[in-house]
Amino acid sequence: MVTKAPALSDGPIISVKGLTRTFNDFLALRGIDIDIGAGEKVAVLGPNGAGKTTLLKVLSSAITSSSGEVTIRSTRLKDKDPEVRRYIGVVSHQTFLYQELTAYENFTFYCRMYDVSDREERIREIIDRIGMMPRLHDRVSNLSRGMQQRLSIGRALLHRPEILLLDEPDTGLDWHALSSLWDIINREDGINRTILFTTHNLSRACTLSNRVVIMNKGKIVHDIAGSGLDAGNIEEIYSRLTGGIE
Amino acid sequence: MNKSHITKMVLLVLTTISFMAALYLIFFYVPTELSMGVVQRIFYFHVPVAWIALLSYVVIFVSSIMYLRKRSKTWDTVAIAAAEIGFIFTTAFLVTGSIWAKPAWGVWWTWSPRLTSALVLWFIYVAYLTIRAYTQGDDRKARFSSAVAIIGFIDIPIVILSISLWRTQHPSALIFEGGLTPPMLLTLQICILAFTLLYVLILIQSIQINRSILKVRDLRRLKEMNEG
Amino acid sequence: MNYFRKVSAIVWKDALSEMRTREIVFSVLVFALLVLVIFNFAFGADETAMNSIAPGILWVTFAFAGVLSLNRSFVQEKENGCFEALTLCPVGRDAIYVGKMLSSLVFMIIIEIITLPVYSFLFNLNVLSFEIIIITLLATIGFAAVGTLFSALAVNTRVREMVLPILFLPVVVPLLICAVNASGDALAGESWGDLFSWLMLIIAYDVVFVVASYLVFEHALEE
Repeated sequence: MVTKAPALSDGPIISVKGLTRTFNDFLALRGIDIDIGAGEKVAVLGPNGAGKTTLLKVLSSAITSSSGEVTIRSTRLKDKDPEVRRYIGVVSHQTFLYQELTAYENFTFYCRMYDVSDREERIREIIDRIGMMPRLHDRVSNLSRGMQQRLSIGRALLHRPEILLLDEPDTGLDWHALSSLWDIINREDGINRTILFTTHNLSRACTLSNRVVIMNKGKIVHDIAGSGLDAGNIEEIYSRLTGGIE
Repeated sequence: MNKSHITKMVLLVLTTISFMAALYLIFFYVPTELSMGVVQRIFYFHVPVAWIALLSYVVIFVSSIMYLRKRSKTWDTVAIAAAEIGFIFTTAFLVTGSIWAKPAWGVWWTWSPRLTSALVLWFIYVAYLTIRAYTQGDDRKARFSSAVAIIGFIDIPIVILSISLWRTQHPSALIFEGGLTPPMLLTLQICILAFTLLYVLILIQSIQINRSILKVRDLRRLKEMNEG
Repeated sequence: MNYFRKVSAIVWKDALSEMRTREIVFSVLVFALLVLVIFNFAFGADETAMNSIAPGILWVTFAFAGVLSLNRSFVQEKENGCFEALTLCPVGRDAIYVGKMLSSLVFMIIIEIITLPVYSFLFNLNVLSFEIIIITLLATIGFAAVGTLFSALAVNTRVREMVLPILFLPVVVPLLICAVNASGDALAGESWGDLFSWLMLIIAYDVVFVVASYLVFEHALEE
C-alpha cells in the first residue's frame, strides 16, 4: 500500500522569497527569489562559489536560512516541521551510505526512517530499477564509486519524493549511467517529479532540463524556461554574465 | 560624550574608590586574625575572586541560552568575554588559595572542598575555551560552545555537592573554620563590591571591543552586498 | 510510536555496524583490560593498598574506556555525510540524540559486563554483587547522556580525540566521585542505606543531564 501525498493546491511547489544565507561573514546567498512549479526540471548553473550548493542545502532543509522565506508544498521551512522532508529526496557528492552495511541494510534503514510502508517490495523495486540486484547483499565498501553513486540515487528515491535535489550528479558518475537513470529519476512511480540539479556542464543542463537558472555571486542572474533550450545561446549568456566558462 | 562613555567613567571612578577603601580596610583597619596571622588577609582577595569566577559562569550560561534562542552574535560576544575573564579569576582563586595554604598549613595544595571544586570549575572553563579553540567557523563555534557552557553550568552545583559529600565522609583537618567578626565582615563586603565593580568594568570593555570588531565586519558585508 | 520506531532503527543500525566491524567493543575492551593490568603492575605488591584504591581503578578504567567508545559513536556518521542524511529524514534531531545515546549505552554496558569479572579475577574482589552492578548501570547512563552530546560536537572539531576527554572528564567528576565511593562502600559490605546518598546523587545527575543534553543537542547541531 502506497501512501499518497495529499493533493496540492494551486501554486508553485517551491517558493523562495528574499533568501539570504551567511557563513561566518561570507554572504553566500544575497537575496534569492524564485518559484518552481510542480514537475519542472530546473538546471542551476554557475561558477564555483556562486551559491548553488548553498541554495540546494537550504531547500533540502539541511541548513536554515539567515533571512527570507522558503515555502515547500505550502509548508514554511521556518516552522521546522520535519514532516516536509518526506517530499524531498537529496543526492549529493557524499553517498549518505553506511560503508559497513550492505545495500539492502542501508535501504532498510532509510525506509524505516522515512516510514516507507511497503518496505520489502520497495527495496527490491528500486534495486532492480537501478540495475543492482545481484549486489543487493554486498557491503557498500566493496562496491565501486559508480555503483555507490547509483545506490545513493536509489536511496533518494526510496520514499517516493515529489522533489528531488541533486548536487552536481554528473561528477563522480559516468554520464551514460546517469542518463540511463534519468528516466527513472524523472518518472519513477508515476510521479512527475520536480527536479533541481546543479551542474557545470551547459549542454547537459539544456538536454536534461526545461528551465535553466544561472547564478553568480549569490544571486540569480538569469532564468529561462522552455524545452529544447539552445546550448549555444545559453553559453553566450553565461559567459557574458559570469565572465567565463568553467 | 555619549551614555556609554559616562557609564564607564562612573564605573571607573567607583571601582577606584572602592578598591582604595578595600585596600585601606585590608591592611590598616581589620585586625590580624589570631590563628593564621598576617597571611590570612589574602582571604579578602580569595573569596571575592571565587565569587567573580562563579558570577562569570552565570553570565556565560545566560548568554549561551540567549544565543541558542536568538542566534545573535552579540550574545556570543558576551559569553566569550565572560569566559576569558572568568577563567583568569578562577586561576587567581587557585593561586591565592595556594599562596594562602603554604604559610597557613605548610602545604602548597589541599584537597579542601573549596579548592577542589574550584579546580573542577577551572577545568570546566578549560572545556569551554577548548571547544572554541578547536571548532572552525563562527556559527559552529558559538553553537558548540553554548552547548558546552550550558552543560558545564548545570554541572557546577552537582560538582560542589558531590565534593562536599565526599569530604564530609573523609574530612581533612585543613578546613577553614570560624566565624567572622564585624570588622572582618565589613572588609569582606567592601572587597566583594570592589571586585564586582571591576568585573563589570572589564566585562563591558571587553564586550565593546568585540562588538566594534563585529560592526566592522557588518559594514564590510554591506559594502560587498551593494557591490554585487 | 513512529518516533520510537525511528529511534530503534538508529540503534539497530549501530548494533549491526558494530557487529560487522567489532570496532568499538574489541578495541575498547582490550584497552580496558590493559589499563587494569597496568594498574596492577603499578600497585600490585601491596594488597591492602590495592583494596583501598580498587574502586578508583575500576572507575578510571570505565571513564577512559567510556571516552574511547563515545568517540567512535559519531565518527561513522561523519563519513559519507551520514549525519547530514539523518538530518534530512522526517525526524527531529532529538530522536537522533536518543538513538545514539541508547546505542552508546549498550556498547558501554557490554564492555563493563566483560570487564567486571576480569577485574574480580585480577583483584580478588567480588565486584559482581548486585550493588556494584546497579551503581555501574546508573553511572553509565550519566556517561552516555553527556558523552553523546559532546561526541557529536567533538567529531566536528579539528582534533576530535583530544577534545572529547577535555569536555567529558570534568563534567562527569560528580559521577566518578559518587561511583567510586559507593563502590568502595559496597565492597566493604555497607548496606543499601549507606549507599543511599551516593546513589541519589547519581540518579539526580542522570535525570538532569539526560534532559539537559536532550534539549541542548537539537539546538547545538542545527546549522
